[in-house]
Amino acid sequence: MLDAKIPEGPLEEKWNYYKSHTKLVNPANRKKIDVIVVGTGLAGSAIAASLGEMGYRVKSFCFQDTARRAHSVAAQGGVNACKNYKNDGDSVFRMFYDTIKGGDFRSREANVYRLAECSANLIDQAVAQGVPFGREYAGYLNNRSFGGVQVSRTFYARGQTGQQLLLGAYQALMRQVHAGHVQLSTRHEMLELVVIDGKARGVIVRDLVTGALERHGAHAVVLATGGFGKIYFLSTLAMGCNGSAIWRAHKKGALIANPSWTQIHPTSLPQSGEYQSKLTLMSESLRNDGRIWVPKKEDDQRPPNQIPEEERDYYLERRYPAFGNLTPRDIASRAAKERIDAGYGIGPLKNAVYLDFSRAIGEQGEDKIREKYGNLFRMYQKITNVNAYTEPMRISPAAHFSMGGLWVDYELMTSIPGLYALGESNFADHGANRLGANSLLQACVDGYFIAPYTMANFLADEIRTGPIDTKHPAFEAAEEQVKAQLRMLENIQGKHPADYFHRNLGRVLYDKCGLSRSAAGLSSAIADIQQLRHDFYKQLYVPRGFAINTELEKAGRVADYLELGELMCHDALTRNESCGAHFREEYQTPDGEAMRNDKDFAFISAWEWQGANNPPLLHKEPLHFEFVTPTVRSYK
Amino acid sequence: MRIRLKIWRQESNETSGRMESYELKDVNEEMSFLEMLDVLNEQLMEKGIRPVEFDHDCREGICGQCGVMINGEPHGPLQHTTTCQLHMRTFRDGAEIYIEPFRADAFPVKCDLKIDRSAFDRIIQSGGFISVDTGQAPEANTTRISVPVAESAFDSAACIGCGACVAACKNASAALFTSAKITHLVKLPQGQTEAQERVLKMVSQMDAEGFGHCTNTEACEAACPQEISVLNIARMNWEYNKAHIMRK
Ligand SMILES: Cc1cc2nc3c(=O)[nH]c(=O)nc-3n(C[C@H](O)[C@H](O)[C@H](O)COP(=O)(O)OP(=O)(O)OC[C@H]3O[C@@H](n4cnc5c(N)ncnc54)[C@H](O)[C@@H]3O)c2cc1C
Ligand code: FES
Repeated sequence: MLDAKIPEGPLEEKWNYYKSHTKLVNPANRKKIDVIVVGTGLAGSAIAASLGEMGYRVKSFCFQDTARRAHSVAAQGGVNACKNYKNDGDSVFRMFYDTIKGGDFRSREANVYRLAECSANLIDQAVAQGVPFGREYAGYLNNRSFGGVQVSRTFYARGQTGQQLLLGAYQALMRQVHAGHVQLSTRHEMLELVVIDGKARGVIVRDLVTGALERHGAHAVVLATGGFGKIYFLSTLAMGCNGSAIWRAHKKGALIANPSWTQIHPTSLPQSGEYQSKLTLMSESLRNDGRIWVPKKEDDQRPPNQIPEEERDYYLERRYPAFGNLTPRDIASRAAKERIDAGYGIGPLKNAVYLDFSRAIGEQGEDKIREKYGNLFRMYQKITNVNAYTEPMRISPAAHFSMGGLWVDYELMTSIPGLYALGESNFADHGANRLGANSLLQACVDGYFIAPYTMANFLADEIRTGPIDTKHPAFEAAEEQVKAQLRMLENIQGKHPADYFHRNLGRVLYDKCGLSRSAAGLSSAIADIQQLRHDFYKQLYVPRGFAINTELEKAGRVADYLELGELMCHDALTRNESCGAHFREEYQTPDGEAMRNDKDFAFISAWEWQGANNPPLLHKEPLHFEFVTPTVRSYK
Repeated sequence: MRIRLKIWRQESNETSGRMESYELKDVNEEMSFLEMLDVLNEQLMEKGIRPVEFDHDCREGICGQCGVMINGEPHGPLQHTTTCQLHMRTFRDGAEIYIEPFRADAFPVKCDLKIDRSAFDRIIQSGGFISVDTGQAPEANTTRISVPVAESAFDSAACIGCGACVAACKNASAALFTSAKITHLVKLPQGQTEAQERVLKMVSQMDAEGFGHCTNTEACEAACPQEISVLNIARMNWEYNKAHIMRK
């Protein structure tokens, strides 16, 4: 039975109670403890730096050429925290409630409350690190509002909030590297988890420059490896983002929760051709001032500025008058898909909708809009060659964020003792739909404020263990397995590179396990993916015998995606309800809204690996709502 | 459109490199520059030729991992644009494009267009931070920072660490990169306590890495995708001199 280890007591006292009763590691003993942290995004840098400051010995890994490039860097819009600086009625409870409701009542109350509770501290920490957040003229910190809430609690640094937060965390990490507390290996990819006597004790990594495999042992392993939305091939993620670290941990026994819950972001740039490698996000903050519409007439070929006001369908304002253009992402994306599928899409591939700033520019002036979103408008122009001050942007939904991930308990420990998952790689806080600006927060809070406490509770029992011996047969076997897989991938020598399979997998998932899903579609997707996997192992081409070999790196990631993709479909297929980002066509109201089923599906689906040719095993963690009553999520 | 490419090929740090010629017949002008390289690589693999290794990750101009010399210019002909954000519509049909790695002694070539920029990390390690442990921070609004100060600190902090400034400089100086971090932190009240120590350590690390000296040609600013201003370098020099005087 899955035990989430939620502390007893009233909601608002659980975390304090936990902190005051958890085991501690004496400062003198910390230098006897090794911790491996995979990932240097906000979650990974934050935990590695924090543990280093406390005196633990940390080894940190990332696949990019420097820690500062982790994909947290790309977050634009902002980070939420309930400081209530605007005096507009914000509180920890309200933020907790917004997040639980935004997640469609599919997350744990205790985890979400703790996220809101720790949020204010993050802003303090980031400001102390030198993060240049936006300010008001009096010199105090400024806020903006974001989708799905009615208060202003989003802190931002122009359109580069993720970059600035990450640089703060990166600099803290660099300081610990300099102090000798953290040993950092960049251009290293984790390819296997090593488990000894049931505990996570190390990793096998590949040096992406020399091609050599390395063994690293530790008393605990943290995965902070980010989201796997790149499984859809076209996504807002970076090219190297992957699911391999969590998937390989999964195959060693770690459960994966709710893997099919993927946030499809409503405001990305549309695909323009076959060669396309990624979709660029336009920050959600644009919806504060932009209005979304399509022509009322099907297949209207007129340029947008020639379509008169009364012939435009501002469908979000029409369907959701209370929230209008600021409805949560799942709803905004689905509404766009509905219009596009019905034939009202715009642009050469008819796969987009308009995001229009003319009213905001009229009311506030172009300068004000430039001040708020200048860099986004510039980016839009660079990519599309269109000036969005004079013509509406074309936007379209794109795979963006993984609400699912490794199952973790309240301590952020996976089902393998000593293995932790932080940030987007875990499933914990966002339920079936993540609210904008909550995930930078979650990655930071996991790394700075939660894991340093909860890991001590485990590490306290490790002070007598002594160094982990990497000559142990478990390391031997793990390294052999990785070596054999790499050799096998190189030796297929078929005719298609890894991207070919990845693209096809992405198509299947967008089509059948994307914004809307059905039992028939999902069953056929499972068959499609199995076939694709079969072809992959017959027809893959990887150049053989080179130390630096991007194609080999990609092939390993795609091999994992081809298994993870199938699990996503199983997950979506067993959930006979619609909730958040998971919309099953069979379960909708007559006007097309999601129909949640709390009686039968108020649980977390945690999946156990059963071997490549067996269906995965489902474990259910029931969700108990003691402090809030699940309601129908209405943004009308 | 049709494109002729001349690309630097070098198998590893130990081997020597050379320019190789390739041709692409069917380039869509809406493609990004890196998507054009993806297409090239697919075609090379079909012929059994080792694909061109190049660095990239976000492909939206923010991570700083991409960056090559395109016809002798870092990140290519478009001002203030990273390689990944350059599109083929910038080139004319039939164009000949020379692609080489960023060159500097402190940035050794690893393979083809991939280089080692870890010297930048070591410069930051030497002092490019504010020393605040997790948990030590005071309430954020206790320090007021005026909008112009916060905004100008941001301008410096926007650096993506791509190395175009070094590649553009005839001396291969890292002055713009180093000064941007020094300026970002010194402008903020939180960063002032360590200002002297920071500038001395970072400048000395920059020199130790083998970057050249700045002779004020300002080529770096012109090549910088984030429009980081050379005034940062002036500020660094001022802080450096001040720190020396104060130390005596
Ligand atoms: C375009 C975009 C915009 C966004 N905007 C916002 C926003 O405005 N507000 C908000 O709250 N959230 C936003 N998000 C979401 C948010 O940025 C992420 O959820 C969050 O930054 C994830 O942080 P992380 O530390 O978990 O992972 P990441 O930052 O993705 O870091 C992952 C790390 O793991 C490493 N890694 C991965 N696999 C391996 C491996 N096998 N071996 C070794 N290392 C590995 C990588 O090198 C990297 O260092 C946005 C996301 C995207 C894609
Ligand atoms: S790939 Fe990230 S900046 Fe170009």
